[in-house]
Amino acid sequence: MKTKIIIYIIFLFFTLYNYSFSYDLKLENKINKNLRCLICQGQSIYDSQSDFAESMKLVVKKKIESGMSEEEIYSFFKIQYGEWILYDPQFNTKNFALWLLPILVFLVGGIIILKKFGVSKKRL
Amino acid sequence: MNNRYFKYFIVIFLIFTFFIFYYGLKKKNFYTTEDISIKKFPNLILNDFYTDSTTSFDDILKGSNYYLVNIWASWCLPCREEHPYLVQLKKNLSIKIIGINYKDKRDNALKFLDEYENPYTVILNDKDGTTSIEIGAYGVPESFILNEEKKIVKKIIGPIDKKKFNEIKKLIKK
Amino acid sequence: MIFNYLGNFALLFCLIISLVIFITSIKSLNNKNFFLKKSLNELLFLKFFFAILSFSSLIILFIISEFSNETVLNNSHISKPLFYKISGTWGNHEGSLLLWLLVLTFFTFFYFLNSKNRPTDERLLTIMFQEVIILGFLFFLLKASNPFNIIYPVPKEGLGLNPILQDPLLAIHPPVLYLGYVTTSIVFSSSLAGLIKGNINNLWAKDIKKWVFISWTFLTLGILLGSIWAYYELGWGGFWFWDPVENISLMPWLSLTALVHCVLALEKRSILHSWTVILSIITFTLGICGTFLVRSGILNSVHTFANDPERGLYILFFLFFLIFLSVFIYFIFEDKFKLNNKNLNVFTKESSIILNNWFVMYFLSVILIGTIYPIFLEVLSNEKISVGPPFFNKLIIPFLIPFLIFMSIGPNLKWIKNNHFTKKLKLILIFILSIILSALVSKFFGNATLNITILLAASFYLFFITIKDLIKKGFKNYSQTISHFGFSLLVLSILLNSIFSNEVTSNMRVGDEIKFYDKIIKLQKLENTTEANFLKLIAYFKIEEKNKTELVLEPEIRIYDKPVTITSEAAIKTDILKDRFLVINLVKENEYLNVRYQEKPFMLWIWISAIIISLGGIINIFKKNE
Repeated sequence: MKTKIIIYIIFLFFTLYNYSFSYDLKLENKINKNLRCLICQGQSIYDSQSDFAESMKLVVKKKIESGMSEEEIYSFFKIQYGEWILYDPQFNTKNFALWLLPILVFLVGGIIILKKFGVSKKRL
Repeated sequence: MNNRYFKYFIVIFLIFTFFIFYYGLKKKNFYTTEDISIKKFPNLILNDFYTDSTTSFDDILKGSNYYLVNIWASWCLPCREEHPYLVQLKKNLSIKIIGINYKDKRDNALKFLDEYENPYTVILNDKDGTTSIEIGAYGVPESFILNEEKKIVKKIIGPIDKKKFNEIKKLIKK
Repeated sequence: MIFNYLGNFALLFCLIISLVIFITSIKSLNNKNFFLKKSLNELLFLKFFFAILSFSSLIILFIISEFSNETVLNNSHISKPLFYKISGTWGNHEGSLLLWLLVLTFFTFFYFLNSKNRPTDERLLTIMFQEVIILGFLFFLLKASNPFNIIYPVPKEGLGLNPILQDPLLAIHPPVLYLGYVTTSIVFSSSLAGLIKGNINNLWAKDIKKWVFISWTFLTLGILLGSIWAYYELGWGGFWFWDPVENISLMPWLSLTALVHCVLALEKRSILHSWTVILSIITFTLGICGTFLVRSGILNSVHTFANDPERGLYILFFLFFLIFLSVFIYFIFEDKFKLNNKNLNVFTKESSIILNNWFVMYFLSVILIGTIYPIFLEVLSNEKISVGPPFFNKLIIPFLIPFLIFMSIGPNLKWIKNNHFTKKLKLILIFILSIILSALVSKFFGNATLNITILLAASFYLFFITIKDLIKKGFKNYSQTISHFGFSLLVLSILLNSIFSNEVTSNMRVGDEIKFYDKIIKLQKLENTTEANFLKLIAYFKIEEKNKTELVLEPEIRIYDKPVTITSEAAIKTDILKDRFLVINLVKENEYLNVRYQEKPFMLWIWISAIIISLGGIINIFKKNE
């Protein structure tokens, strides 16, 4: 019974998870915040006022108006400027460690705590 | 026993991290797009600088073995440095040079061309800078060298200098 | 000119004294008679004195604009206001390291005076470890970043200070942050000394607790100041960018936060001995690691620092020397812990502290991995990626929800065991109330997404519970309640801020108007003025709202001459409930201005809540140990 509930919760979690991050924020600002500026390399083009950042913002705007989706716009920039330009690292073969390592730390931490202090199932 | 392996692991991991940082120090940390190659130029709608009529890369990139697309502006100082090299390239080699005038005032740009020589076969107007972004430019000045199939064979970020000039010569002679 | 030599020789004397102390403290360990309490006291003071001498020489060099000094030349010029001449002393690499050293010598001395109730050899060992750190800094200062390098011929004018660093907040931000970092060194040294001597117990925890709270409080305030500076000076309307430099300051803070809780468990319940030591080591090495990552230029960040690979290499060696030193000491003396792992009951204070540590270490690992993963990837595969805000949001927000809930319940539990889990009903009622409230807020007033709504509910929960605790418990353990209350307020303000923020961007000429909801924003006129060290372009905006007094905002663009830099000064009108934020930018080869107007609710409360959080720490420092 318990495991079933847990499975349902995990399932629910994953379906809602991606949905929940689809911000309602104005799409243009969201994309701009996700693109890294090439001139002043510590900020997004949203925050930057350099000439190329301003041009990029315009390109983003034009592309949205021409009906391109968020993903298409990202992949356009990725092809032109490399993966570096995206602030949201994709989950792929070279980045999976980036996403999974923290989760691994969390799980290992939990196991160590359970082992050391014997917070056993009985007591839960 | 278990504990001992854990200790070894920690020490090895730390040594590994040390070397990563050590080699990381030697890498340049400023990102450039020099290594990124797009297969082909997109066919955009462009504005001619002189006539203001619309054209496209398909129309312009015709009738030569090599093309050099150069992004420039009159306000950009390095553009002045690289200009003589563009003029020389034009004179010595069979290459068609196309200029993209980036976020410039028309009068200043015309003055610039009067003052120096005009190496460009065609000049395109990029008033809001979007054309440069569409072709994947990184800054002003920047040059793309395309072959007859309109594929980018070389990208030069920043001004063309003596060394880059010779590289271009070599590439085209081949 | 004389001050160049004075400062330099003072540093050399520091080095000699430090070596003497180091050797003396080792010798005294074997031979207690060698230990001359009084002379060590005097030596520590003398070292501190020379550090002051050296630092004040540098300040004087900056005040009199002595450009024969390389540091002054690179970071100052004559027309700069006196205040920034002085703050410029630590606004650069060399000077800030000297400040580190000064604070380090002061706290070493201060520790020695205030640790009389600790065993002699533990104190000596602590001093010895402190001297190792001080020597590392001294060698670094003298060899790779000497603030007293002399230039000949003497230039007439300096190169100036980066204008974005010319800000009163930035004058106090680094010293406060250093106070935090340096005090973690005391915790580090003392825990290593305690480990070697087998002294890590509840009494040790009671004595070191003050230091942990001191550094935690300073770090909290330091990060707050940095964040306020970013908001007012960088002019993008944000206060936290998940930028590498910011992350680096947050990491030691997180591990200190874990340590603050863990040291309490050690004091009260004699658990988590080894974990406390590990956390002390992690905290301090993260601080040094941050210095390495920032100063070596291995990461690129918006926050400008002079980069020099040679310096980076030195700090790297120093960092790993400290790491290996502490790791080996830990491995060798590990069995000195009197291990008495107790089985814990689930609903107790100690188990909630362990939970806290678990989550905080997870947050720390997210930030650490997110910050250094790109370096690993680049070295190993030559690929460059960026890790930005979306990554941190995705990995932190979902875990913040249970964290907040545990944080609300934890302090309501008792030590050892909680037989009847009282007030259960009340806790549940508040929980339901929070969920309803957050659902209402996000449904009717904003456009929050699901995860934000749940997070909002969790932070409302913590908010109400801490208010209840503040009222009910009165003065019992109020430093903890205040800090937790501050934290809930912080999360709430940040969330509400992100949900309710609105903005408009437009290009405007003089006389133009734009509509923003029920407001009209009008650009009335532009004005040029010349100031001492910059040209100023002021734009006068009028914001008209129905039935309300008009508001005039005057954002500026400044063009500094030394070095030539253009900065935008945002006009910010701060109110209790919201900030109005207006920033302008020049558009190249065009006569109009790029205008961005933002309304950001609860900004003020973000700062206030961070102050409340550190207030809890301050109360704990001054609280008498029962």
